[in-house]
Amino acid sequence: MSTVEHGKAVEGPNGNGKPYKVIGTRPIRHDGVDKVTGRAKYGADVRLTGSLAGVVLRSPHAHANIRSIDVSAALALPGVRGVVIHKDLCDPGNRMLELGEGAVNLRHLSNNVLAADKVLYRGHAVAAVAADTVHIAEQAAELIKVDYEVLPAVVDVEAAMLPTAPLLHVDLLTDELGQTATKPSNIAKHFRFESGDIEKGFSAAKLVIEREFRTATVHQGYIEPQNATAHWNADGHITVWTSTQGSFTVRQQVAELVGVPVSRVKVIPMEIGGGFGGKIRVYLEPVAAILSKRTGKPVKVLMNRSEVFEGTGPTPGSYILVKLGVDAGGKIIAAQAYMAYEAGGYPGSPIGAGAMCIFACYEIPNGRIDGYDVVVNKPQTSAYRAPGATNAAFAMETVVDEICDQLKIDPLEFRLNNAAREGTRRVDGPVFPRVGMIESVEAIKNSEHWQTPLTGKNQGRGVASGFWFNCGLKSAASATVNADGTVSLVEGSTDIGGSRTGIAMQLAEALGIAAEDVMPTVGDTDSVGYTDVTGGSRVTFATGYAAYEAARDIQRQLVERAARIWEVDPKQVAYEQGSIVGPGGKKFTFKELAALVNKTGEPIIGRGAVDPEGCGGAFATHVVDVEVDPDTGKVQVLRYTASQDVGTAIHPSYVEGQIQGGVVQGIGWGLNEEYFYDAAGTMKNATFLDYRMPTCYDLPLIDPILVEVPNPGHPYGVRGVGEVPIVPPPAALANAIAHAVGVRMKQLPMSPPRVLREILAKKK
Amino acid sequence: MAKKRVVSTTINGRQVEFLCEPRQTLLEVLRDTLELTGTKEGCSNGNCGACTVLMNGRPVVSCLVLAVETEGAALETIEGVAPVEGLDLIQQAFLENAALQCGICTPGFIMSTKALLAENPDPSEHDVRFYLSGNLCRCTGYDKIVRAVLDSARKKKLAAAAK
Amino acid sequence: MRDFEYEAPASIAEAVRMLAGQNGAARPLAGGTDLIDQIRVGRHQPEVVVDLKKIPELNVLELSSAGLRLGAAVPAFEIYGHEGVAQAYAALVDSARIIGGIQIQSRASIGGNLCNSGPAADSTPSLIALGAVAVIVGPAGKREVAVEEFCTGPGKNVLKPGEFLLELKFPPRPPHSGSSYQRFIPRNEMDIAVVGVGASVVLDERGIKFVSARIGLGAVGPTPYFAAEASQLLAGQPVNEAMIEKAAAATRAIAKPIDDMRGTKEFRMHVTGVLARRVLEQAIARARQ
Ligand SMILES: Cc1cc2nc3c(=O)[nH]c(=O)nc-3n(C[C@H](O)[C@H](O)[C@H](O)COP(=O)(O)OP(=O)(O)OC[C@H]3O[C@@H](n4cnc5c(N)ncnc54)[C@H](O)[C@@H]3O)c2cc1C
Ligand code: FES
Ligand code: FES
Repeated sequence: MSTVEHGKAVEGPNGNGKPYKVIGTRPIRHDGVDKVTGRAKYGADVRLTGSLAGVVLRSPHAHANIRSIDVSAALALPGVRGVVIHKDLCDPGNRMLELGEGAVNLRHLSNNVLAADKVLYRGHAVAAVAADTVHIAEQAAELIKVDYEVLPAVVDVEAAMLPTAPLLHVDLLTDELGQTATKPSNIAKHFRFESGDIEKGFSAAKLVIEREFRTATVHQGYIEPQNATAHWNADGHITVWTSTQGSFTVRQQVAELVGVPVSRVKVIPMEIGGGFGGKIRVYLEPVAAILSKRTGKPVKVLMNRSEVFEGTGPTPGSYILVKLGVDAGGKIIAAQAYMAYEAGGYPGSPIGAGAMCIFACYEIPNGRIDGYDVVVNKPQTSAYRAPGATNAAFAMETVVDEICDQLKIDPLEFRLNNAAREGTRRVDGPVFPRVGMIESVEAIKNSEHWQTPLTGKNQGRGVASGFWFNCGLKSAASATVNADGTVSLVEGSTDIGGSRTGIAMQLAEALGIAAEDVMPTVGDTDSVGYTDVTGGSRVTFATGYAAYEAARDIQRQLVERAARIWEVDPKQVAYEQGSIVGPGGKKFTFKELAALVNKTGEPIIGRGAVDPEGCGGAFATHVVDVEVDPDTGKVQVLRYTASQDVGTAIHPSYVEGQIQGGVVQGIGWGLNEEYFYDAAGTMKNATFLDYRMPTCYDLPLIDPILVEVPNPGHPYGVRGVGEVPIVPPPAALANAIAHAVGVRMKQLPMSPPRVLREILAKKK
Repeated sequence: MAKKRVVSTTINGRQVEFLCEPRQTLLEVLRDTLELTGTKEGCSNGNCGACTVLMNGRPVVSCLVLAVETEGAALETIEGVAPVEGLDLIQQAFLENAALQCGICTPGFIMSTKALLAENPDPSEHDVRFYLSGNLCRCTGYDKIVRAVLDSARKKKLAAAAK
Repeated sequence: MRDFEYEAPASIAEAVRMLAGQNGAARPLAGGTDLIDQIRVGRHQPEVVVDLKKIPELNVLELSSAGLRLGAAVPAFEIYGHEGVAQAYAALVDSARIIGGIQIQSRASIGGNLCNSGPAADSTPSLIALGAVAVIVGPAGKREVAVEEFCTGPGKNVLKPGEFLLELKFPPRPPHSGSSYQRFIPRNEMDIAVVGVGASVVLDERGIKFVSARIGLGAVGPTPYFAAEASQLLAGQPVNEAMIEKAAAATRAIAKPIDDMRGTKEFRMHVTGVLARRVLEQAIARARQ
């Protein structure tokens, strides 16, 4: 692991290569001991006296009308306390709600939480039972009689777009380039981004390559299933304990679906066992709440693994066509894409983001992108790490590689030659500020990995790049100075991967104290200011920014306090590197003054509340070596290096961890993961046995290269890092396979049967 | 309904008796009856390893053990790994190597690591990867976990040599 | 999970009585790595679960000049932990080492693997290759069935109500013999075989001629197969690539795979040939050691 420095790096006081004391070091995370001893409380660990167990009944059909639901037999079972169905939710109306990493239509959300008159995918929730034990609740759920009128299902995006396809929604009229179509179809939306003149571009090109790609539906695969515990108190206040990426987002969704003002819902975020975008929209929380209202007791509802696969948001399968034209010098002069993404049962795939990302790594003078959002009989898609971008990069980066092969251009040189840079205008309009695409490519070029030739038989090397926007959004934090010279920090971002430490480190840096002297807590919705979701690679950026603001607020108050104690004008006092200095050599260390705070006046509490612009997009370039077994088509990853512009790495270990984790998810997506459906629309592999996520035995070490191009939009140069690492891997693997055995894979996953089929076809 | 049974076991060195139904898994009893919620549930069918505990010294997935089967058994869960003061060297190594992100897989990995190092105090990277393949982690890409396990082995050897 | 009773008999007689007394609503339990999840998802709905692990005879692991006796409930880790077995019955050990991960191997038995009668069970092709015999006990006493005749369909076998598997008996290994099992899975561990092939060979003293061979095949039909023709055609033939290729082709010829989430038909056919070749090569190498 190496760190490449850019910008004005000065040797810092602690030798971490930065002008910082805390930032760039690797303290042990604050919640670490609880997590290695089993004491940390996750959502499923909530235990409330008198609580009931809830179980959700789900549709066995991929597409059906619900004629009737008879819950009487379930209610009659001893130990059953209550049953709820869709009509027990409140109709939130046909409105959109922004969730932070995508918006939802509230009526669709409510129908997704409990189906009204139609089920749109197998696993769609239909009813829920609360009982004394989970075993009784399971038995009761089986006693609920649902009369279904089974309808033909369509689970594939291309099939769903055909005029003959079964219609999921009879009232879905395509938004066709801004016009509403007159006949219903499964296409919710068709939009276009355009720049320059592609016809002219293609006709001037020396080489034009056009290829079709298909990718399978894949799941976020977090190890902790969804869970929710709710208590609807007699005074009308609802408390929800859940593992979520956004407690305020849950609060709002629950309030809307059960029909109460947000202030009546308090969400207590428990530790969360992974999310990757999949724990933003609600599934169980409103159900637990109305079950609690019905029974007067706290109700805890847990999903099992199959429910997670069949009932929660995967990321879409897609069809993508890419056409690229380059001139003799290998410069891209025209690029066109046609992209259709599966939304699941209701509109709302990440097609917009996919379309904005597909060409974003490059300077494209003439471009056109057509995007389609298509409903299919699959679970409603949710965000998954750089939603939409991985599918897009698989298509684009494979075509780029083919061009490099045909023109015999080094793939890194091609990227340097065409890289997006400050001032580049994306096809969808925005102009890039200072970004690190070039640096990410150069870091690979200079890596030991790239410079070590591959020699083995059936081995090949592939590279690919990727882009993700990152986002800012709102964050809040408050911090109290303790008499022992420490600071208690309350922030609103639920912590999936050590973020509370990264946030605390920014506060510590600003105050000039040690990371260990900050005690961070993730607050519930009643104890911290509004904070958007943990998603969009925004937490270390925005919530860290809020912590920085809180620190500045503390600095101001400490300066005032010192001035009061010294009886001088506050203007003569300054905050410098953890000390408060005044005229005539007067000086308090932070600790000294903290000890005096409560003896000299009011407590000192800093507040930070931000909605920052300038989050800065992230670029990554990866190189992978594989070996392909030509007799079985099995691909073994031999070596992997991922370089990425990370802005400033606050806690480098967790930045590396984000990259390594994202890469491995991308490898799983590339090689083996997929929702495997039968003709009736039943997922046949809804277990971890047959939904094949990589185990450690499938992988080499993953080498991250942290390229630090500080983001001008953040006081410490932070840039989101969490999402872009998933973007390049499938393409990098496809390119490596091509170089190992000479076959171009155009469908994900590149599972052994598919690779072998191509190898055998090539031999013929 | 089947009658509840009294089961006598040793859990983390302490004699424990509990009541359970035959259909209850060890995982369910640990979490719901004994409030030992450090053992996690990720799949309930043996594929993720989050529920790994040691039964008579062997690692098992507690979601695929009936609680009644543990009569007379010695069980060890994540709650029993740390000494009275401080942490076990494996736990320390996981923290120092940043081998966890969300942490839900961590108790299972630590239990498997404990079993591995008891069997093989000096594992290679390959040994570690083979032995831990029954534990899934979706956050870390395993890199730092593998390093932490190798570091644990190193730490244990040093500690043994110092004695 | 559905409600059931649990019994843990300490003797064969007690177990027979418990299993026979329930009109087929009782189910034997060994390591539980198949059964417990199958009850959870409702695939089996037993009234009584009869834990066989407390019966001494089911825990026998005995290697002698008469061969190997493997109690039906012996967990996988004990098998590969037994040095003599690992030497002589390498294919069995190859199988035991790859069933599930370490946690599964702490509990999973070869008996359970066979009685679960999945077409893709990883030990069955090895048992077939090694010529193992299933010793069954029930209300009518003991009987023996060759492993290749044990399974009758996916999840189905020759056990009658009240009967259970007592042990697996393996004939002694002649000199110059070797065996091997390999499977194809998309990942490197924790997967169900897409194809699995076990082979055992006996060579002449110089290691250049096949005295005999047995090939077992999994995941390419409703039950595991004994590749009889492929096995017989090797007897008396020289050890060379052409013969191995011939046997591999004959093995492939009996595969009747289906398309499913684990692999396509054409893929399984092709890989059957590939693995047959590979296990023969490995068995030969081991025989020559
Ligand atoms: C995560 C995971 C991974 C796995 N990986 C593999 C793998 O790689 N390869 C593979 O082949 N299998 C695999 N399995 C399946 C399973 O572990 C094996 O089939 C195992 O060998 C079953 O043995 P057991 O002792 O646990 O059987 P049990 O679950 O106890 O029993 C299995 C079946 O056999 C019956 N039975 C058990 N013993 C007897 C007996 N003596 N007489 C009559 N009937 C009996 C039971 O009633 C039940 O129907 C995996 C399972 C899991 C959970
Ligand atoms: S919960 Fe037991 S292995 Fe996943
Ligand atoms: S740290 Fe989240 S699953 Fe391993």
